[in-house]
Amino acid sequence: MTDATMSSITAPPPPPAGRRSPLGSVLIHAGLIAASIAMLYPLLWMVSASIRPEDEIFSSATLWPSSVDFASYVRGWFGLDVSFGRFTWNSVVIAVLTVVGNVVACSLAAYAFARLRFAGRNFWFAMMLGTMMIPYHVTLIPQYVLFLDLGWVNTILPLVVPKFLASDAFFIFLMVQFFRGIPRELDEAAMMDGCGPWRIYWKIMLPLSLPVLATAAIFSFIWTWDDFFGPLIYLNDMNTYTIQLGLRTFVDSSSTSDWGGLFAMSTLSLVPVFFFFLFFQRLLIEGIATTGMKR
Amino acid sequence: MAAVQDSAVAVGAGARGRPAAQGRFAAVWTNHGAGYMFLLPWLVGFFGLTLGPAVASLYLSFTSFDLIRSPEWVGTANYVRIATADPKFAASLKVTFLYVVLSVPFKLAFALFVAILLDRGVKGLTVYRAIFYLPSLLGGSVAIAVLWRQLFAGDGLINSLLAQFGIEGPSWISHPDYSIWTLVVLSVWQFGSPMIIFLAGLRQIPTDMYEAASLDGASKFRQFYKITLPLLTPVIFFNAVVQTIEAFKAFTPAFIISGGTGGPINSTLFYTLYLYQEAFGNFRMGYASALAWILVLIIGLFTAFSFLTSRYWVHYDD
Repeated sequence: MTDATMSSITAPPPPPAGRRSPLGSVLIHAGLIAASIAMLYPLLWMVSASIRPEDEIFSSATLWPSSVDFASYVRGWFGLDVSFGRFTWNSVVIAVLTVVGNVVACSLAAYAFARLRFAGRNFWFAMMLGTMMIPYHVTLIPQYVLFLDLGWVNTILPLVVPKFLASDAFFIFLMVQFFRGIPRELDEAAMMDGCGPWRIYWKIMLPLSLPVLATAAIFSFIWTWDDFFGPLIYLNDMNTYTIQLGLRTFVDSSSTSDWGGLFAMSTLSLVPVFFFFLFFQRLLIEGIATTGMKR
Repeated sequence: MAAVQDSAVAVGAGARGRPAAQGRFAAVWTNHGAGYMFLLPWLVGFFGLTLGPAVASLYLSFTSFDLIRSPEWVGTANYVRIATADPKFAASLKVTFLYVVLSVPFKLAFALFVAILLDRGVKGLTVYRAIFYLPSLLGGSVAIAVLWRQLFAGDGLINSLLAQFGIEGPSWISHPDYSIWTLVVLSVWQFGSPMIIFLAGLRQIPTDMYEAASLDGASKFRQFYKITLPLLTPVIFFNAVVQTIEAFKAFTPAFIISGGTGGPINSTLFYTLYLYQEAFGNFRMGYASALAWILVLIIGLFTAFSFLTSRYWVHYDD
């Protein structure tokens, strides 16, 4: 969980410790390939079930459909009173606003902690770390009462506004770690040229911190996209549902009748996360290796 | 956790250990106004969304509150009822502990085992790592819980695979003896992220230690027990604490797989699910606040216990 870890995880692997016989090597690969198949099989099966003709879904455990049929997608998309287009749009709005809120508010706080000096800084930093440890269940009910009084229930505000108040302390911590690694000489040179803290933050820190800002943005997006508990509590009107709530309603209303439609919508809900996995895998893996994120 | 503590120390050192070298800049760096301007959003959130609500929640835990009438002070009645007269609390605690005790060790053992296989210069490391990591990334979503509900249903995929071998499987998710296992399997399936942390830890072990041990004739097995495992204990400790806390807080899979009930016969009634039912199903907000504080207490005690025992088995260089 140090900076050394960050570079070493993507560096070329060290030479093997001791020589391995060809047979051992084959056995290891056989084992790893078998494990990979076992891990991916449920996912692939779901994707393949979503493009099969409906009567074929349960008749076969093989992955290859006899014919490709997107009828499940059409059925699933319009399977509830409100279409999945609406749910997807709601999810996108919440996730994008969360990303903006987290990146802006957390980087402001992180800059103050990493670079500025002011009375009580260490105290507030300790408080910030403390909030990372507290399970959210403790603040859940009073927060709900507060948002209910404000008339915010059934709107996206309870899910989005806290992010603009840097409520995800984890990202502050992540950014503080990164900001500390940026040479102070750069700030000092800028300061000699008459830059104040705002310009240093905007013109030096943020442009040099794109990797950590991207990591925070991607994890914000994925966690918000997958979030179930927040929307479950705050969004009760089907028009405001996110895609996760839509899936939950779908599974409860049609659990045995339309697995095809359900799998089609489930597959669709995984597409954005899978996209980030494909194109930003290095950032994700480095993020986990350096900070020990839970997933 | 270890990283968090280190940095807290580092901030202290950074703040106090500089003045001589950078006296010229001290006046500019020390700008109380700017510091608090940058911190303002977080401070508003800290007081309005964390500290204030936490205090309010502690107060509510001593009241009876249904969102409609104002909270009514009942003293310790909520806590007394939880401790003495709430079979669902006892059931949820048992299920949660069972889940923690079953899922965390299996998940970590898998993660460590695969990390060690991958670390020894296996070709295609990045491909395997990506494949094993994918479930961790997707696993928290409702889609995967939905898939799991189908896989382990009576007429689900697992049973149709078993049927090909002539085995008639039960309906895993609706049988109280097996339902918790489907959730454990789901958790173990997501061993990818602790595996990545293990891989990073293994890279930190100097290879010359293994070379020296080989020259002295130590077997692979012995090298593992005498070098790899001791040097990896800080990472094992870190992963164990993080995964345990996460397991205590697990919610979505149990909610989806049981349709929000925690059934059959409370066998998937995770603590957080029970808390949700009390708060947002029965609108017993005071009682649910008490449940929340007990969860904090449990997690806090567990963490303190881990750190206290860690000195007996976690190996640090200095």
